[in-house]
Amino acid sequence: MIHRLFGQRENLAPNYIILGLLCAFAVIPILILGFNSLKSNLELGENSIGFPRQFQWSNYPDAWEQGGFAVTMTNSVIFVAGTVTGVVVLGGMAAYALARPNPRGSNMYMIYMLSLSTIPFWLYAVPLFILWKNLSLLNTRFGLITIYIALNSPFAIFLLRSFLVKFPPDFEDAARVDGATEIQVLTKVVMPIMWPGLLTVALVVALGVWGEFQIALIFMQEDEKMPLTTSYFNFMRRFSRDWSLTSAGAIMMILPVLIIFMGLQRRFVEGLTQGGLK
Amino acid sequence: MTANPSIQDTSSRRTASLGKGMAVRRGLLAWALIIPITLVHLVVVVGPGISGLYYALTDWSGIGKAEFIGLGNFVELFTEDLNFRAAFRHNLFWMAFFLTVPMIMALSAASLLAQIRRGAMLIRSMFYLPYVLPSIVSAFTWSMLLNPSLGIGAALDKIGIKGLDHPWLGDFRTALAAIAFADNWHWWGFLSILFLTAMQAIPVDLYDAAKIDGANRWQQFRNVTLPGIRPTILFMLLMTAIWSFLSFDYVWILTQGGPSGASELVSSHLYKQAFLRFEAGYAAAIGLTVSLMAGCIVGGFTILRRRGWEI
Repeated sequence: MIHRLFGQRENLAPNYIILGLLCAFAVIPILILGFNSLKSNLELGENSIGFPRQFQWSNYPDAWEQGGFAVTMTNSVIFVAGTVTGVVVLGGMAAYALARPNPRGSNMYMIYMLSLSTIPFWLYAVPLFILWKNLSLLNTRFGLITIYIALNSPFAIFLLRSFLVKFPPDFEDAARVDGATEIQVLTKVVMPIMWPGLLTVALVVALGVWGEFQIALIFMQEDEKMPLTTSYFNFMRRFSRDWSLTSAGAIMMILPVLIIFMGLQRRFVEGLTQGGLK
Repeated sequence: MTANPSIQDTSSRRTASLGKGMAVRRGLLAWALIIPITLVHLVVVVGPGISGLYYALTDWSGIGKAEFIGLGNFVELFTEDLNFRAAFRHNLFWMAFFLTVPMIMALSAASLLAQIRRGAMLIRSMFYLPYVLPSIVSAFTWSMLLNPSLGIGAALDKIGIKGLDHPWLGDFRTALAAIAFADNWHWWGFLSILFLTAMQAIPVDLYDAAKIDGANRWQQFRNVTLPGIRPTILFMLLMTAIWSFLSFDYVWILTQGGPSGASELVSSHLYKQAFLRFEAGYAAAIGLTVSLMAGCIVGGFTILRRRGWEI
């Protein structure tokens, strides 16, 4: 048996065949979506999954117009920006406090956070809806963003805290000895250290909010204020026979994600494998 | 030493370099930094979570006064509500599906991927790609591909492979499985990357030793890989079991529980009760039941662990 170890290399062809099939399973549906977004409905009827014979680019402006993408994409950008800012600022502050001054009780607090993030959404969905209604936060940007911040921050605090404890506090102490105030320490020394961690958090949160569906469905019911996801849901049901139009809309929704994914792949994979467990 | 009670410093040198007043100020500052996000959590999660426990015992409609009816909602839920019972059965199917199909796909994919070098990064990102798409887009894509007249089935029919142009989402026998299939499409690849990361932490020596002992690839997988990533597998099985009770997006987007309740999950049932029929108290009771079930899974897991199961 020794010759198998030191002799010829293991045959990897079966690996590549199976992995290739799995890759096809993962990617081909997205390709078909792209193909279909460029066909006319007439062509789609006979050529339903193949490469388009004729490119009908007008599907895109049509979908943009019909689906009200100008409005909803703006809404989604606002939700993403607001949530990312809130999570990064509020979560970052808490993570720093829990990592560095590390006040008494911070371990307990982390356990509290952990149990908080395991509470099923459906346990508090209904009371939260009623509370939001009573506070007139229903169908408001502030209301939706607040929920997103609350649900995304436990993961952010975990990730940022573990990121910070890896660094020795020497730089901060040196700054303090030089007479820097705590705020200056925070902005001038801690921020640059935390930067990569914050970027990962921002990326994961942005991705999550961009595609978030169920909370938006419940808490944002006015057409003008809907994010892409729920407004696209209505769009796809309204034009349920017009597959090329709705495909073009879907592609427009995922294009920003794909571009960022290509560019920041490594950070994506790292961030999501750490943060995807939220 | 200015050992201050409000500071529990990991580095004593650091505490020593600070004055006492400064240490107190830092402790206060720390809590001042923690409070804002804590308040957001209290308002969004903790408060409603606790009041949900109360609403579950009332017949509240969301407006006006809530009348306390004790366990009435739960009695109705378990004895009268046939839709809930069906939804619960569907959830059990859903859980069984996600505890097996994506797990097997991800484990095979990860172990095959761990053995290769060339092209590994590209394959990794392709596996990953569906996971970054919004649920609405993957659900829409599959509603198109599973459509009997213009999906994959129709295309195969044209080249002579008959029988797959079935209304997968419209047939009450296949709807639930078709939704699970679409949901799994975006999930298994991510899972395989998690497993791959865990596998890469297994020391290569173990594989070498196994090879010297004459272990074939299956034996290596069985005796080295599986034990090596056991904690990750068990953790993901636990999380999958919990998540399976919360799953909502794909069902709602693809069928909204139809046709005639064939793909109703507990979450879509709850959504209908709460936001279409305005039975807030009843919906809160469903939410509490679902949470208790998820809690039972965690509890069972913990007990098995205490009993000495190595999980």
